[in-house]
This record gives sequence, structure tokens and C-alpha cells, in this order.
Amino acid sequence: MPEIFIAFSYKDVLFLLQGAILTIALCAMAFSCGLFVALLIGLMRAARKIIVLRWVAGTYVEIFRGTPLMMQIFIAYFGLSILGLQLPRFVAVSVPLILFTGAFMGEIVRAGIEAIPRGQREAGWSLGMTYGQLMRYVVAPTAVRIMIPPTVGFLVQLVKGTSLAYVVGYIELTRAGYIVSQSTYATMLVFTLVGAIYFGINYPLSLASQRLEARLKRHA
Amino acid sequence: MSYTFHWEVPLQNMSLFLWGAAATLQMSGVAVLLGLIIAIFCALGRLSKRRFLRVPAAAYVETIRNTPFLVQLFYVYFGLVAIGINLDAFTVAILTLTINCGAYCTEIIRAGIQSIHRGQTEAGLSLGMTHWQVFRYVILMPTLRTVWPPLASQFIATMLGSSVVAVISAEELTYAGMLLESRTFRTFEIFFVIAILYFAMARAFSLLFSLTGQRVFRQAWGQL
Repeated sequence: MPEIFIAFSYKDVLFLLQGAILTIALCAMAFSCGLFVALLIGLMRAARKIIVLRWVAGTYVEIFRGTPLMMQIFIAYFGLSILGLQLPRFVAVSVPLILFTGAFMGEIVRAGIEAIPRGQREAGWSLGMTYGQLMRYVVAPTAVRIMIPPTVGFLVQLVKGTSLAYVVGYIELTRAGYIVSQSTYATMLVFTLVGAIYFGINYPLSLASQRLEARLKRHA
Repeated sequence: MSYTFHWEVPLQNMSLFLWGAAATLQMSGVAVLLGLIIAIFCALGRLSKRRFLRVPAAAYVETIRNTPFLVQLFYVYFGLVAIGINLDAFTVAILTLTINCGAYCTEIIRAGIQSIHRGQTEAGLSLGMTHWQVFRYVILMPTLRTVWPPLASQFIATMLGSSVVAVISAEELTYAGMLLESRTFRTFEIFFVIAILYFAMARAFSLLFSLTGQRVFRQAWGQL
């Protein structure tokens, strides 16, 4: 083995774990902020009377579902700098992931709201509830339960999606793996480890999503 | 904002992008078709009573579905080199996309097979249908009808996901953009136009699949 390569050591494992922590942090950021966007989009999509709201939210969802996440990351990342915003890298990478989460979770929110029988909402209206009360006390208790299994499933997608932060040079798990593999030449070992870490994060989530869905079906 | 947009850069290079779009479609089309063949076998494996068929099929599906495509791509790309096989990036991209797509399609096909009850076959036979008629009208068509919409979505997901293969320099639409970007540095304009192209392809195929589905299965469906 040529001299320029450094032997794979525990330090590289630590570097990978550091990357894994950033991957999880990116996910947490995207999910927590994306949830607010999703709530807004979901409520707009489920609005029956105001067509403009539905149309705007529908277009938003279509755009994010109809373009590659990689393009979204490129456009948002370079678009932010064109706007003259000097953001920390973590934030700049988070923005497209937040918008992406907003679109996909927005559909989950909408499906949750629309699963509530119409009569329940009408009953709420006729009791003189406001829109806020209706959503909070009539729709939310059931809708949230319906939303949980697909949400956990979406988290798997989001964890996988953060790997694309690689393309703008953000050192999350995949980029960390790439760097280690190039410096140590232990390529297969490194990517097996990287894959195993992703699997370790995602598999429990996948299982949980399946179980929750089965349970929901039993109770329905 | 003191940035001057140069939209003429991507617009003057439309022919490069259209060539890239054709490569993207070719790549994802081949991957989905080959993926489907893998999927049919794996779905039968997952539903098998035999453990030695069920376990590997499940392991394959779960491994692929729980790791990012980019990592799979690196794994195949560097892995093939490590065992002494040198393939060009385009072939590696198709290979990885096929492996990836196969796992997702397995779940779709499995759901399709499970949607047919044994009693339906027996009902068909007792109505005096021949075995061929039972296969065609009771098994094949309803299964296809069930799997058609998710397969269409899977094709679109594969097409959009294939943009990632530009990372290993496989020549398709995103790579065409990166090529132009490295010469002109008009990153935003270039990828904006490319995103529109992807969007147009996604919408067009969504519509195409939904129309084909309606025609073939003579049933009104909503948007795919």
C-alpha cells in the first residue's frame, strides 16, 4: 500500500460517528421546522371553501414531489447565496430539507384531516365552534393518530434524504464516509460501516412504522 | 441583491439537456424493467413457506429500503473496482438503480399478489371458466390493476432519484448540468432549468401512466 494512505483506525470510526450525529441533527432540524410548514400546507390543502389556498398549497406540493431532492438542495443552497444571505452551512443545507419535509408531511397532514368523517366537522360547526376549536378538539385527536405511522415512515425517507447534503460538500455521514474511504483506501469497510449506521437508524423506524400501522388497522 | 442572472447559459445549451433527459429516461426505464423481474422473484420468495427463500428476500428488501441510494451507489461503484471488475459509470448507475428499484417493486408486487384471494380462483373455476380465463380475468388483470398506480409512482421516483448518479459521473441530465456548470459557473440558472425539465417529465409520465391505466383497465381513477 502506498505511503500516502493512512491505515484505517479507531479515529476514522469516530469521524464517521461524528458524521452520523450531524446526519441526525440535520434530520431533527428538518423535521421539527418542516412540521410547521407541513401543518400550514396540510390545512391549506384541506380547506374546502377557499380554492386559492388549496391551489397554492397543491402547487407547492407538486413542485417538491415532482423534482429531484438533489435539485432542490442545489437550487436552495445557491439561491440563498444569490439572495445575499450569508448563512451557516448547517442552516443553508437545512432549508431545502425543511421545505421538502413540508411538502411530504403536508400530504400526510391532509390525509389525516380528510380521514375524519365530514359529519363530525359539521357537528362541530353547528355547535358554534370556531375553526381553531374545531381543528383542536374535533379533528386533531383522531387525525394525529392516523398520521403517526406514515410520519415515522417518512422519517426513514428523510434520514436517507440527508445523504444528499453530500453534493454541496456538507460533512454528514455519507461525506464523512467518502473522505475516510479516500484517505485510508479501506473503501468497502468504510461504506459497509456507513451503510450499517444508516440501517441502524432506519430499521427500527421502519419496524415501528409497520407495527403502528398494523395496530391502527386492528383498531379501525 | 447584486446578482445578474444569465438565463441564456442554460437556454442556449438546451440540446445538451435534452440529450441528458433522454439518457435519464433510458436509464430509469431499463432499471425499472429489470427491477420488476427481480421484484417478481423476490415477492414470491417473501411469500414463500420456505425459510431459506423468505429470509434472503426480506434481508435484501430491508437493506435497500433502509440505506440511502447514494451509499448503495458508492458501494457498487467502488466494490466492483475492488473485486477487479471495471464497468463504465453509466452501467454501474443502471445496475445500482436496478438493485434499488427491485427492492421497492418487491413490496408493490407482494401487495398485488396478496390482494387476490384463493377463493376467487375457485369461484372462477366453478363458474365454468377455463384455467386460462381464470388466470387472465381473475388473477392477472386485477393484480395489474392493483400494482399499476404504485408502479407508475415508482417509475417517477426512480427517474427523479436517478439524478444522484451524476455524483459518479454517469452521463445523464444532472451530469449535463454539472458539466455546463463547471465551464460557466451559472449554477443557479442551470439547475433551475434542469429542475423544470425533471418536473415536466414527472408530470408527463404521471399523466401517461394514468391515461394508460384508465384505458387498459377501463376504470376511472383519480390522479396517480
